This record gives sequence, structure tokens and C-alpha cells, in this order.
Amino acid sequence: MRATLVAEYRKLVTTRLWWILLAAMAAYVGFLAGVIAWTASRPEGLGGSGSAPLSVDETVRSVYTVGSSVGYVFPLVIGALAVASEFRHRTVTPTLLAEPRRTVFLLGKLAAGLGAGLVFGVVGTAVATGVGAAVLSATGSPTLLDQSATWRYVGLAVVAMALWALLGVGVGTVLTNQVAVVVVVLAWTQFVEPIARIALGATSWGGHLVAYLPGAASDALTGGSLYTAVASGPVLDWWAGLLVLLGYVAVLAIAGRLATLRRDIT
Amino acid sequence: MTEVEVDRLSKSFGAVRAVDHLSFTVRAGRVTGFLGPNGAGKTTTLRVLLGLVAPTSGTATIGGRRYSELTRPGRVVGAALEAASFHPGRTGLDHLRVYAPQVGVPDSRTHEVLALVGLSEVGGRRVGGYSLGMRQRLALATTLLGDPPVLLLDEPANGLDPEGIRWLRAFLRALAAEGRTVLVSSHVLSEVEQTVDDVVIISRGRLVHSSSLAELAGLTRPRVQVVSPDAAGLAALVARAGWTLAGPQRGGEAEVVDVPAAAVGAAAFAAGLELHQLATRDVGLEDVFLGLTGDAAGGPAGIAAGPVAAAASDPRGAPTEVGPEAAR
Ligand SMILES: Nc1ncnc2c1ncn2[C@@H]1O[C@H](COP(=O)(O)OP(=O)(O)OP(=O)(O)O)[C@@H](O)[C@H]1O
Ligand SMILES: [Mg+2]
Repeated sequence: MRATLVAEYRKLVTTRLWWILLAAMAAYVGFLAGVIAWTASRPEGLGGSGSAPLSVDETVRSVYTVGSSVGYVFPLVIGALAVASEFRHRTVTPTLLAEPRRTVFLLGKLAAGLGAGLVFGVVGTAVATGVGAAVLSATGSPTLLDQSATWRYVGLAVVAMALWALLGVGVGTVLTNQVAVVVVVLAWTQFVEPIARIALGATSWGGHLVAYLPGAASDALTGGSLYTAVASGPVLDWWAGLLVLLGYVAVLAIAGRLATLRRDIT
Repeated sequence: MTEVEVDRLSKSFGAVRAVDHLSFTVRAGRVTGFLGPNGAGKTTTLRVLLGLVAPTSGTATIGGRRYSELTRPGRVVGAALEAASFHPGRTGLDHLRVYAPQVGVPDSRTHEVLALVGLSEVGGRRVGGYSLGMRQRLALATTLLGDPPVLLLDEPANGLDPEGIRWLRAFLRALAAEGRTVLVSSHVLSEVEQTVDDVVIISRGRLVHSSSLAELAGLTRPRVQVVSPDAAGLAALVARAGWTLAGPQRGGEAEVVDVPAAAVGAAAFAAGLELHQLATRDVGLEDVFLGLTGDAAGGPAGIAAGPVAAAASDPRGAPTEVGPEAAR
């Protein structure tokens, strides 16, 4: 297993994908954190013209967790491509020659996904918190960095992003086709889930349902985000969000093991 | 010594019977050519041997064990399959460094194998910029990482220039001389003719021939082309002498099998038959190969009908086995 971990680590760091995605994520998350923090400092505040402005706590939380609530697509993609690119470039053949036990292969990918996810989580959350706190303090708003509750959800945001990378590994193992993986991930994260959360969240029965979608579960883990703050509908407890995300990872990984990894590699 | 054994192996992809009741043994210390036309089932057989494809029935073992049962497979078997598999964005050296831990060798070994295949200079370049021949060499380097006693190479000569083929030939011979088991697939016999000691020939998933190369060469038969203006006289002479023809006589033109040109000339002279042409035609190994793999249903009829060709063209016929395999 140790050899597999070293091999998977080397696979990740010997191509350029990881740092291109990491840099893109940092820029994206930093920009969003800055914009949200600055908007929140305006007299009208966050929350739009109709609804009530967000509380200070909700505002700060929205800024610091923007990595896990919006930037999560980056660890998701790196996890998914860790598997799909093996099929795309047919390196799955030498990989399975070096380690024929396919469960070990999957566990290695999950471990690599977890590692990459933690790096993305730490960087994404650090950028969001750093840029956000800088803009907040520059505009004279409280940063709440002296409160332990703040650091708790900052830490949970890192955990959430790591879980997204694991989920990506599951998606990649089930789909394996690199193009399909990218299309499905983007369509789901940018259209399907956001629309479902707004449309179904407005109904009484749908609200309970959408709380179990992965994005909603991830927001629940960090105790809410800009999204849950503006949208209506119930939010799961943090631990329930954690369990739901882990459940998605488990289901996808097992499905991938039973379907993809049982098939002939030709 | 590590032998590779394929025993009554069958593999179907849906309705396609890619490998059909195939049995053969690959011996250590020799280079074995695994030959067959496109789609014969060579790659599929290798993939089953390597545990990548599950057989429909039968077994394929290396040193008596299935690939998945080997503890450190990279130290036992080095395999390179067609369509060499590399990430284009990774350097050649990094490609080797990725697999070194699981094969169970230190990173220093990656430099050694790169040097062995003559890629030391370009190891730091991305594989996406490699030529086909460079990729083949890198694939070979990957198989050598674990210094394995068994090498399974799928079309390793593909994309190599004549110089590269010569290099590969010497390289494989040296590996076999060290006592390793070397199996090389190809769809042209001439490509490996000067490399291999043994041949395993398959067609449509079935074994059609397995022997040493020398015994395969023994199946070649001399042919003499005879042209005479007197077609009837020629036909009469052929009948009287009891010669076998490679094909039906076309006008005054016939191809006599297994009779030296001198004997044909002497007989014609004695019979007073005027000859315009008397030429020995070389039937190379490639023709024997084509005769074995071309089937009764319109394949190229390369060699004269004999026991071998008859067996090969019989759809349910037994494959020809010559030499040590048949003796067992
Ligand atoms: N994954 C697959 N699905 C369906 N059919 C397949 C698959 N892989 C191989 N086949 C079929 O199995 C047969 C044998 O293919 P294989 O690749 O083993 O031949 P080959 O001897 O390696 O040929 P070549 O010289 O062209 O490489 C072919 O008819 C091929 O179409
Ligand atoms: Mg092939």
C-alpha cells in the first residue's frame, strides 16, 4: 500500500494539472472572497434589496467558506481526473500491471484524492480567509478572527473540500471517460444542483430533499454559506452534512469498484 | 526457469470469439515469436496472461501461477502492450519513477533502464514530444524496471526504424541468452524471423502451428516454374512423372513442387518437350506463414497442399505441432 501511495503521489505531481487547477482556484476564490467582503461592507449589506441584510456572523462565514461553497469544483475535478486520465491515456494498463489488486488501486486513488483535497482545501480556505479578512478590516468591518467559532468553520471548510476530492475520485471511477467526467461535473455543480436547490427549495417537500444534495450537505458541514444564508429551506446539522458527503463517496466508490473495476481492461 | 503456459484458453467479447481453445508453452532462454494476422487474438491472449482481461474459460499462467497470484508481479513479468500507454504531459523519467515503487526497485533503477534503451538524453522531456520509436523504447524500459525473468512484448518493433529493429533484435537475443523467457508478438513473420527461436502461430483465436523456427523453415518446399509452348505435352509429362503441382496448370505454365529444377529439366529433355522457362522459385517463410494463417475461406493460398496446410485449413482440425511440444 505504501508503494501505491508513493506512486499515486508521483502521478499527481508529475503533470501540470494540479498546479494549474490550484492556481485557478486560488485566483477565483480570492476574487470572490474579496467581492463578497467588499459588498458586505456597503451600507445596504448582503442579502439583496428585498430580504433582510445578513448578520455579521453570517457575512463573515460566507466570506471565509467561499472555497468550499463555490471553489469545491476544483478539488472535485482533480479527484475525478486522477482516475479518468488513467483511462484517457491508457496508463491504467501499466498501473494495473504494477498493482493488479484493483481494490488497492481504488484505495490508492482515494488516498491521493484525500491528500490533494486537503491541499486544495488549505489553500482555498486560506486564500478566502486571508483576502476576505484583509478586505473586511480595510473597510472597517469586524473580521471575527479572534473567535474560536470562526476557526472551527474555517477548519470544517478544509475538510469539506477534501471530501469533494474524494467524491471526485468516486465520480471518475464510475464514469472513467474524461470528457464525460468534466461535462457531468460542470453541469451538475453549475446548473443542476443550484437550480434544484432554488426551485425545489422553495417548495415545502423539496426543501427537505435538496438538503441532502452534495452541495447542500457541504454547506451544512461548514454551518452554512452565502447560499444557505440567502436561500430558504432547512440546513442539516454539520455532522449530518459530513455523513451525507461520506455516504456519496462510499456509494460512488463501491459502484465504481463493482462496475468499472470488474470489467476487462482492453 | 519460468515458463509461460496458456492452457485451453478461450475469451469471447460478446459474439466475437477472440481466443478459441488456445494452448501453447513459452520456454525460458529462448525468444518466442507470437504470430498471427490482425485480429488473431494476440493482444487478447497477452491481456489475459496479465490479468487485465478475464478469460471465458481455460488458464494462462506464468511459472505456474496466475498474474494476480504473483506477489511482486513487476519483478517476475515485464510487459508492454500495444498502444503504448503514457501520459503525454509526464517526462519519460517521471513515467518510470511513477512505477518504480510498485515494481519494488529504487529510483536509481529508472536511470539504468533509460540508459539500457538509449533514452538517457531525452528522459527529461515530456513523452508527448516523443517519436513512436522513442515511445517503444520507453515502453521497453518500463518492462525492464524490475529486471524480470519473463518479458511479454506486444509488437515491440512497431514504429522502429531499421536501425532500431536491429538494435531490438540484439537486445532481445541478449535477454534470452541470460535465460529469460521472451515472448514477442508480431503480425509479420519477417519482422521477427531473425530474432526468434520458436514460433507460436495463431489465426482467428486458434493455434495453427507451434514449433521451433527451424522446424517451421522445414515446411518450406522448393518449387520449379516450368513454361512450355506445348501445354498438352507438359500436362502429359507431369502426369507421367507423378509430380505435384502448386496449382492448376495455366496453359503451358505449371509450378512443380518438391522436385529439383535439374530433375524437371532432365525429364523434359528425355521426353523431347520444348521448354521456354525453367526456374526455381523460392518459397520463403513468409509464404509458409501466410499459408498457415490464411484459411480455406478465401485466404491467400501460400503453399502447396500438404499435411500442414490441410490441418490449418480444416476448421476443426488439430494444429500442427512439431518438436518438443508434440513430444510431451
Ligand atoms: N474490448 C473488445 N471488445 C470487443 N471485441 C474485442 C475487444 N478486444 C478485442 N476484440 C476482438 O477480438 C479479436 C482479437 O483482437 P486482438 O486485439 O487480440 O487481435 P491481435 O491479434 O492483437 O491483432 P493486431 O495484430 O491487429 O493487434 C478481434 O476480432 C477484436 O475485434
Ligand atoms: Mg494486437
